[in-house]
Amino acid sequence: MSATATPTSIRNAVIRLAGHSQDGIQSIGAFLAQLAGSTAQDVMTYMTIPSTISGGPSIFQVHLGSGEVLHPGDESDTLVAFYQDSYDNHLSAVKDGGICFYDSDKVEEIREERGIIHIGVPFTTATIEAIGGNAKSRGKNIFVLGMLCAVYKLDRDKISDIIAAKFGKKSEDVLRNAMLAFDAGYLWPVHDINHMPMAPGENDLGQDRLSTDGNTMLGLGLIAGGCRFGAGYPITPWSTIMEQLRSELPKYGGMFIQTEDELAAVALAIGASFAGHLAITGSSGPGLSLKSEAMGYACMAELPLIVVNIQRGGPSTGMPTSVEQSDLMQAIYGSHGDAPRVVLAPRDVEDCFYTALEACRIAKEYSTLVVILSDQAIASRIEAFPEPDLEKNWIEPVLDLSERPEDFKPYPLDGLTRHSPPGAKSASGKYPVVTGLEHDEWGHPSGSPKMHEQMSAKRREKLIQLAGTYGAPEIYGEESGDLLIVGWGSTYGPIREAVDRLCSEGHKVSQLSIRHIHPLNPNLDEVFSRFTHILVPEINDPGIYGFGQLATMLRAKTCNPAIQSLNKIQGLTFRVKEIVTKAEEVLAGK
Amino acid sequence: MSTTAEPKKLTKKELKADHPTWCPACGDFAVLASFFNVVQKLGFDHEKVVCVAGIGCSSRFPYFVNTHGIHFIHGRALPLATGLSLSRPDLHVFVFGGDGDGYSIGGNHLTHAARKNINLTYVVMDNFVYGLTKNQTSPTTPIGRKSKTDPRGAIDRPINPMSQLVSSGATFIARTHAAHVKHMNEMFERAILHNGFSVVETLSECTMFYPGAFNDAIPRKGGEFNLIDEETHDKQDLAAAMALTQDLTPGKFGVYFETERDTKNELESAWVKDAQAAHAGLSGQDILRQSFARLR
Repeated sequence: MSATATPTSIRNAVIRLAGHSQDGIQSIGAFLAQLAGSTAQDVMTYMTIPSTISGGPSIFQVHLGSGEVLHPGDESDTLVAFYQDSYDNHLSAVKDGGICFYDSDKVEEIREERGIIHIGVPFTTATIEAIGGNAKSRGKNIFVLGMLCAVYKLDRDKISDIIAAKFGKKSEDVLRNAMLAFDAGYLWPVHDINHMPMAPGENDLGQDRLSTDGNTMLGLGLIAGGCRFGAGYPITPWSTIMEQLRSELPKYGGMFIQTEDELAAVALAIGASFAGHLAITGSSGPGLSLKSEAMGYACMAELPLIVVNIQRGGPSTGMPTSVEQSDLMQAIYGSHGDAPRVVLAPRDVEDCFYTALEACRIAKEYSTLVVILSDQAIASRIEAFPEPDLEKNWIEPVLDLSERPEDFKPYPLDGLTRHSPPGAKSASGKYPVVTGLEHDEWGHPSGSPKMHEQMSAKRREKLIQLAGTYGAPEIYGEESGDLLIVGWGSTYGPIREAVDRLCSEGHKVSQLSIRHIHPLNPNLDEVFSRFTHILVPEINDPGIYGFGQLATMLRAKTCNPAIQSLNKIQGLTFRVKEIVTKAEEVLAGK
Repeated sequence: MSTTAEPKKLTKKELKADHPTWCPACGDFAVLASFFNVVQKLGFDHEKVVCVAGIGCSSRFPYFVNTHGIHFIHGRALPLATGLSLSRPDLHVFVFGGDGDGYSIGGNHLTHAARKNINLTYVVMDNFVYGLTKNQTSPTTPIGRKSKTDPRGAIDRPINPMSQLVSSGATFIARTHAAHVKHMNEMFERAILHNGFSVVETLSECTMFYPGAFNDAIPRKGGEFNLIDEETHDKQDLAAAMALTQDLTPGKFGVYFETERDTKNELESAWVKDAQAAHAGLSGQDILRQSFARLR
């Protein structure tokens, strides 16, 4: 390697690793993301995993940036193809003039096209030679990591530390083999391309930055919010939250229970909530449907409860490992009868923490069900962001077993519900029954038409009261203009990038990211009135009437005819250019 | 005068709440009275007694008891009580329900609460019929019995709740009859004192839709009330318990099976204790900061 020619450093790199699910390509991506997090670079990853246990095609895309990274990248600068099918399926994702590294032991048919530079490297045999013995395909991911580290001139020492931290726990042999594979990849001569050093990171909080995925931050946010009891049933992509809480909660004196089914999971959580704790259950798609009846109970009985839903694709079993935003209506309305509840949606990995914390605060304060609607894209992708300050973001759980006064009523018509959990004495000598029957202020069953009207109003009004505390919606960009792009959940990054591109082209475009899905911010009407067009991109179906689920809600709320939908129904996140193209059409009045 | 006041004993009067909405002479009245008797006798702290129920006539039970209570959805009383019991080991948790709630719509939960040995007491008031919805076939309705959903007589083999309970892993299994109050008192008391999942199958007549269903176990109505001889029956012998379940017409009454096994409450608490000991001296924030550190 010569140090004479210093190629211009690059600020962004999108690397797509395409292989099969057992190849460990997720670990390469995770190592790169962790490296970025610790070197003040920004990162966002994107992965697809097959719903089969082993052997299906899988990709992991990493977008590294010196500055802010908002989306996982529309096109890849570099493709690493482990097999012929990886090559065949993903070459089209490489930008013109990009680079394709392929395993020359496995990929035989090469299509030279669009100026893409092809570099064949025998990942498989080179790894076996490096490690020795019959290593089969193990370790070639680390070989590739070493190669990428050299190509992008990443911090070799730091990445060695990260590998040591990961494999050192297992055994010395495992670590030694990993380092042999890494060094072999790092030193592999890839002379025929210019190396592309990544410019140094610009994030000033480099030292205290975390890099992890959305489900991890959601779980930690629930802990910070005071959740100490939960129950769940395994389902992708929710399961990693229950696995994490099962291990973590005992440290805080809490517990998480795996149940026989989704119905039991939500019932256990309601039992713990009735007991005076803040409890959580969660699931994905089908599991949310199963929990619906009990969620309605929580609304009726006014028990605090958190239900996490990591949305996935399609109805029924659908596309279990794909992303979609099609549970919004179900989250808001998915129980029989009028059962008002709060629905919040995090917009990126970092926000998963703060959304979970806010959900905990709202659930307790308003004694209500709060649904957290995350999605598969946020759940599994890795981002880097500043560590939350626990001095400001911590709710210490309190089990209030104080004696309830003589005039205690669990369901006062003129105030918020505060239950008396078992173990709390009653000065009156009368003990309350928490119920799913319509009831009076003391919780006695009541079939009175007037009482049903009053209690329905009580359950509705507390949410209106909550919405009154939101403040003005946060707009990115100018406060008025030609187009406001409104999104929710994981579309936040691509929309923001699209807005930046459109503004740089001279358009007057702003962004609004809605985290409070239900109740909506009462000030939206006024905000919308300041823009000529409103575009709502969503990863769901436009339905019979031509509007996505959030767009439908926004039209119902604001009666604003300027609201249009942009829907994508492929189980994939938006590309920035798809949003830009649609926005340009809207702005051109097409 | 002593400075330490004697803790006030809970009285039946204090335990009574709303007058039951059950039909006159419903077997459930006797179950309620028996529950009052036993709770009073055992001298629990009033605020620590909790009644849990799902949906059905008998599941109205919590409204008729003046203790903390929760009236939940159909079939899910046991998992709710599981969350309650595991998260609050200081409480005395009672679950009440009928055959439809417990053996049909909630059937899956019975097996799992039993195998996990959740510390609570479950009283099933089995009347062989859906009463609240007015006379449909239930999972324990005998073949041939006519109902609104089986106008030609029930054709499906009824489940055998006792053999299901024996195979479920429950650690205390008894069977009693609401017309035999003394026996019912004894079964409830032993069930409550048992550490772990205790269940009492209680035949409780629906006088409205299935009058006389359990007369075959009432001597003054020509039946026989046969008790298990605890001198000869080995309560820890699963095979012996299973043998007893084979004939329930009217079958035997008493404790079919009883054993000691770690409760899930104890097993989970042990984990919590160990995890907390490993983090002694650290605040919750400190522990969470450790998690953050691993993500750097």
